[in-house]
Amino acid sequence: MPRTLQDKLAILSDAARYDASCASSGTSRRDSRDGKGLGSTEGSGICHAYAPDGRCISLLKILMTNFCIFDCAYCVNRVSSNTPRARFSPEEVVHLTTEFYRRNYIEGLFLSSGIIQTPDKTMEDMVRIARTLRLEENFRGYIHLKTIPDASPELIAEAGLYADRLSINVELPTDAAVKAYAPEKSPGQIRGAMADVKAQRRASKDRSHTGKRPAKFAPAGQSTQMIIGADGSNDATILGQSSGLYGAYGLRRVYYSAFSPIPDSSAKLPLVTPPLQREHRLYQADWLMRFYGFGVDEITGSRADGNLDLEIDPKLAWALAHREEFPLDVQRADKAMLLRVPGFGTKTVDRILATRRHRDLRYDDLRRMGAALKKARPFITLRDWSPGGTIDSADLRTRFAPPPEQLSLF
Amino acid sequence: MRTVALPRIGTAAAWRTAARGLLAAQVPPEAVLWAWDSPAQIDLFGAEPAPVAPRGDVTVPKAFVALAENVCWHSDPERFARLYAFLWRLRRQPQLMVDRGDAQLATLRGMEKNVRRCAHKMTAFVRFRDLGEAGADGRRRFAAWFEPTHHTLEPTAPFFTRRFADMDWAIHTPDVTARFEGGQLSLHEGSPRPDLPEDGADELWGTYFRNIFNPARLKVKAMTSEMPRKYWKNLPEARHIPDLIANAEARAREMAEAAPTLPPVRAERILERLHAPGVLRGMTFDDLRKRAEAENRETQPGYGRIVLGEGPADARLMVVGEQPGDVEDREGRPFVGPAGQMFDTVAAEAGLERGAAYVTNAVKRFKFTLRGKRRIHQSPTSGDIEHARWWIAQELDLVQPKLILAMGGTAAETLTGSRKGILKRRGAVEETEYGPVFLTVHPSYLLRLPDAAAKAAETARFRDDLASVAKLVA
Repeated sequence: MPRTLQDKLAILSDAARYDASCASSGTSRRDSRDGKGLGSTEGSGICHAYAPDGRCISLLKILMTNFCIFDCAYCVNRVSSNTPRARFSPEEVVHLTTEFYRRNYIEGLFLSSGIIQTPDKTMEDMVRIARTLRLEENFRGYIHLKTIPDASPELIAEAGLYADRLSINVELPTDAAVKAYAPEKSPGQIRGAMADVKAQRRASKDRSHTGKRPAKFAPAGQSTQMIIGADGSNDATILGQSSGLYGAYGLRRVYYSAFSPIPDSSAKLPLVTPPLQREHRLYQADWLMRFYGFGVDEITGSRADGNLDLEIDPKLAWALAHREEFPLDVQRADKAMLLRVPGFGTKTVDRILATRRHRDLRYDDLRRMGAALKKARPFITLRDWSPGGTIDSADLRTRFAPPPEQLSLF
Repeated sequence: MRTVALPRIGTAAAWRTAARGLLAAQVPPEAVLWAWDSPAQIDLFGAEPAPVAPRGDVTVPKAFVALAENVCWHSDPERFARLYAFLWRLRRQPQLMVDRGDAQLATLRGMEKNVRRCAHKMTAFVRFRDLGEAGADGRRRFAAWFEPTHHTLEPTAPFFTRRFADMDWAIHTPDVTARFEGGQLSLHEGSPRPDLPEDGADELWGTYFRNIFNPARLKVKAMTSEMPRKYWKNLPEARHIPDLIANAEARAREMAEAAPTLPPVRAERILERLHAPGVLRGMTFDDLRKRAEAENRETQPGYGRIVLGEGPADARLMVVGEQPGDVEDREGRPFVGPAGQMFDTVAAEAGLERGAAYVTNAVKRFKFTLRGKRRIHQSPTSGDIEHARWWIAQELDLVQPKLILAMGGTAAETLTGSRKGILKRRGAVEETEYGPVFLTVHPSYLLRLPDAAAKAAETARFRDDLASVAKLVA
């Protein structure tokens, strides 16, 4: 019996849910004020809904098809799984995207796919969908395309003209793990594809000798995702890998996805409760690397096993391990050190810097500036605040860590 | 006492005009009563019209104008008075605008944040419904009902005009209705909830919402903090939430407990075809060379270009040195500088045929510091080694040598994970993930020995090592 659109949507969105990314931000500004098209993008993205898993729903995130010839152990769509299969026609994807967009359900489309026949054939169909949306429907919303590792460079080049973001998943933190769990994928090719996109993006920024600008190529950049908790890599390895990726390929984001049980799992990978807390700490560490000037080894150096402390956040863990740097005089400290105070975010630090030019700061000022003072208190001094000896007290950590939990017998 | 009445539509602009007039006339905040959308009240106090000041008479920091524009849409009845009170202080102390610790400003900034959040949530949670019949000009028609916390429809309507310009739409809220028809936006008095027709797309959207949810990661608080319950009644997808939450645990348990199934018959056939030789394209030497060329287009300060190894693709021996030197970098070939020549000489004496081996470096780029015009060699750090590991791994994958000769600490670290005790470990074969590795010193070590006797002795030891290698791969 042929599947209805309703059935296909159910199967192909179910299959797409393990991709963490749903961002629709950071692309070039477009609108449809000329009345000839549909959609706009304005810098920051919009989350149109939230699912009960706490993840934002910004894009229509679907697979073109979940038929796949690869056999990746962690994936619900691997060839050896008995999950129900379906395939959208390009017209169906275009219809769903524009109709959903008109009702303000979504910011755009995030299209991924299982690999069918050949990588080129798969990529070609995906590019066709993007082309139809842009050229025939005059769709000006956001498009995120997954690139297929082995697809020809011409197809990737065309995809980059229609898509705001291109991405390809490195899948697992080490090459050995990819080899073990995704035998058909090659880490070398994945990195090769990322390098190609980076090169194309750079090329699209060069003006010609007449000063003409080439067409924009994937203006929202590229991102990737790795699954954590499926193999035995520690957090130092994971963060080392992502800082390498940020550096080498100029990625906008590396997403961490806690390995989560899938229907019809493979015998190769034991199912566990997804390590959500670890995922959260990794994101915090990622932010510290990108916006707070921390190095990988500083973040992961405080524990011998190279993992992050699950009970307290990585910045606090660093501060507790480097108490000699504190307490810090907020009125005088430089920006780099202010950013290292637990409880101070980048915005708070900017406000401190702007205000202290005019006058002395007081404790209450910091509260109004948005600092989390419960956390920051022991680490700072101000004209009307001194932490006394708390910074040296042995039980400082226990003030922040959650109370010990009694294990259940059953 | 003056009373200023502000209209429901165009509030922010009206407040700005009034405030400008009051400020020009030096009216202190205590002497002004602000009324919004309630003409009856004005009569009560006997209104004295606000003085009008021409544009440009009063100057305030730019940031305040933006702040006021937002705060005017807040639902707090005191908002106009708060703004004017702060403005009154601001005229003498313009630096107040950047003082994030000031209590009055903090309150206003807090209100601004509420308004912006409310406006943002409006752009997110308005849900249009298709009204069916298209208009006379062929434009499709949509309408939505929305209940914002603050009066944010007016400042948010332009967003919808930028986004949905090729259709006609209306957004109804309790106090204002925005209509966009034929490309023109108009604002009207609000209305009670209109009766909007059912839309078939809502059901598709609900299907999507149910299926994109991963029951194994239930985080209800994360959802409600971003999508508070007050919005749920106007969101078509929200009616599925209670069910999804209630069944999540059972669904996750079911997945965990389900025994692995047997793969479908087609899986074996497909995988067999896929793993047949030549189907899964790995990296070829050509791909590798292209990658290197692509990366070489961009120079990195302090580093030379990528120099790949050379030699037969089916070599039984792979010789791994440290990194290209100044000469290698200029020529783009490995092992052609002084150390390479040293290696060639000794290898020939030891009976090791260099032409039959694939020679390469553990790190692919020459690392240097500039001293005058000279490029002084710098040892690669662990970071450089890790960064370059991919390249050597590709080469090893392609050549598949029977034995790897690692010369010096960098090669040892890359291939065996440790550079410690090379002099003790030399001359022996170590099993590694890349295959058997024979360790010895780097030829440049011999070049650097100042004492002629020591140099001769070390060269002899190096020759012995190479002779053992020649025997092992013979």
